[in-house]
Amino acid sequence: MQKEVLQKHACNIRRNIIQMVYDAQSGHPGGSLGAVDILTYLYFEEMDVDKSNVASLERDRFVLSKGHTSPALYAVLYEAGLLQEDLSTFRQINSKLQGHPNMNYVAGVDMSTGSLGQGISTAVGMALANRLDQSSHRVYVLVGDGESEEGLVWEAMMAAGHYQLDNLCVIFDVNHLQIDGKIEDVLNPMPLDKKAEAFQFHVICCDGHDFDDLQRAFDEAGKTKGKPTAIIANTIKGKGVSFMENNYAWHGSAPNEEQYLQAMEELKEGI
Amino acid sequence: MAQETRNAYGEELARLIQKDSNIVVLDADLTKSTKTIEAKKACEERHFNAGIAECNMMGMAAGLAASGKTVFASSFAIFAAGRAFEIIRNSICYPKLNVKVCATHAGLSVGEDGASHQSVEDVAIMRSIPNMQVYVPCDQYETKAIIRHVAKEKGPCYVRLGRGKAEDVYREDTDFKIGRVNVLTEGKDVCLFAMGLMVQEALQAKELLKKEEIDAEVVNVSCIKPIDEQGIIDSVKGHKLAFALEEHSVIGGLYSAVAEVLIKTTGTRLLPIGVNDTFGESGKAKDVLEKYGLTAEHIVSAVKEELLKK
Repeated sequence: MQKEVLQKHACNIRRNIIQMVYDAQSGHPGGSLGAVDILTYLYFEEMDVDKSNVASLERDRFVLSKGHTSPALYAVLYEAGLLQEDLSTFRQINSKLQGHPNMNYVAGVDMSTGSLGQGISTAVGMALANRLDQSSHRVYVLVGDGESEEGLVWEAMMAAGHYQLDNLCVIFDVNHLQIDGKIEDVLNPMPLDKKAEAFQFHVICCDGHDFDDLQRAFDEAGKTKGKPTAIIANTIKGKGVSFMENNYAWHGSAPNEEQYLQAMEELKEGI
Repeated sequence: MAQETRNAYGEELARLIQKDSNIVVLDADLTKSTKTIEAKKACEERHFNAGIAECNMMGMAAGLAASGKTVFASSFAIFAAGRAFEIIRNSICYPKLNVKVCATHAGLSVGEDGASHQSVEDVAIMRSIPNMQVYVPCDQYETKAIIRHVAKEKGPCYVRLGRGKAEDVYREDTDFKIGRVNVLTEGKDVCLFAMGLMVQEALQAKELLKKEEIDAEVVNVSCIKPIDEQGIIDSVKGHKLAFALEEHSVIGGLYSAVAEVLIKTTGTRLLPIGVNDTFGESGKAKDVLEKYGLTAEHIVSAVKEELLKK
């Protein structure tokens, strides 16, 4: 793992996220920025996806259950050379880059998501299919901590635990914020680690912005047999743009020109 | 002969799962009621119980289908089309995945369980989702033909099945044209479009009406979406009066689907016989259907009343 290379990718991805949301004057920058390092690690280090296999099922797959952070997914696919679309069409009419991702428009999007709770449920089905096909490919799914308030998340966790899907890795993106405020104030789903354990998962906690720690977590997940893994990744919503960090107001709003310029300035040198 | 359409589903699915290694079956703790247990007996490794968690069952079905599987997912209609509606919409129909939602225990004929379990809205709900096809077979042979048909179709399908025994309308060797309306008997005075168990009631009503010298045409509409527009237009040709008969709410089901066709093209007056925007109740299926006006006798009196108005 070359950390500097990953950091450079992550910085480019963050710049593209800001650019997309600014161009569209619509979208979800906070959660997108917070998930960048996890996605960067997945697409550049962990998953066996590249240009040659992106259109096939014969590879690891990733489900963005928190589908509103699609800018992060599009930007990471773009950075990895897996997406040729013009990112500036995001959320515009006739674009393949829908506000929430559509798997039939973009080869690298492995599931249409956006309605919270459903992505993890579909990922359980994918993992089950891999087992039926005796495929060694793994399924990764990113779930928001706010999203875990959806009951469907726990139906899916129950099924994954019951069927001992050790080819499934659920990553909880824990930034403690949701649209209406702090998740502990809105409806507290914590402790996620103990809940996941109770649902028969192997649980690993890590820093969702530290590539060494992400490597440790994903390596351990890959070696875990007989049960699915839940990685509880602590992240900072809005990571990389000072005025967006830890501010739930940036969940779903676009920067104005001044804010855009400041954000791009801050992201110039990488973080 | 009479047979539950859900039994026919179980038998056909058991046959298909052995023939096609791509088929996976999901159920939500109702395997003995929905009859997917027959598929489980035939191929246990490709039958999964999602437990009492219909939403997750539909999500898993989507994931399996996104991995190339042909998935049959079953529960009662109230839970499949009702509770899991939005997962079917967003995770199955929006990405146009190959999932067959085969829902049993639809309509008032659930009987004793009462209104909480009597889905009278499922066809309306499922029909409104883009990419979804909707089928309502009337007997065992049509059920088997429709199950074979949807197994071959690419994309989401909803099949509405019943709990109680349904008298045979067709024969084992019937050559079905699934997707087209089927004129069971012609008649010049009134055209009766029927789906599901109302097909048998319509056929009975035809015989009763004969005694009154009223000649009724009976048309089985088993594919509600995509609806056979030309078949419906052809059936009403020469008829001033038509009825849509359904064990379903008069809002959004067969009546609406047929009306949507006729209003564009013909001047035929179309009236509903269905569940009149109300919940059902407990009782023997026969008693409930009778109370809510879903019988041959009720059809006869409604037809006579309308024809007398002229």
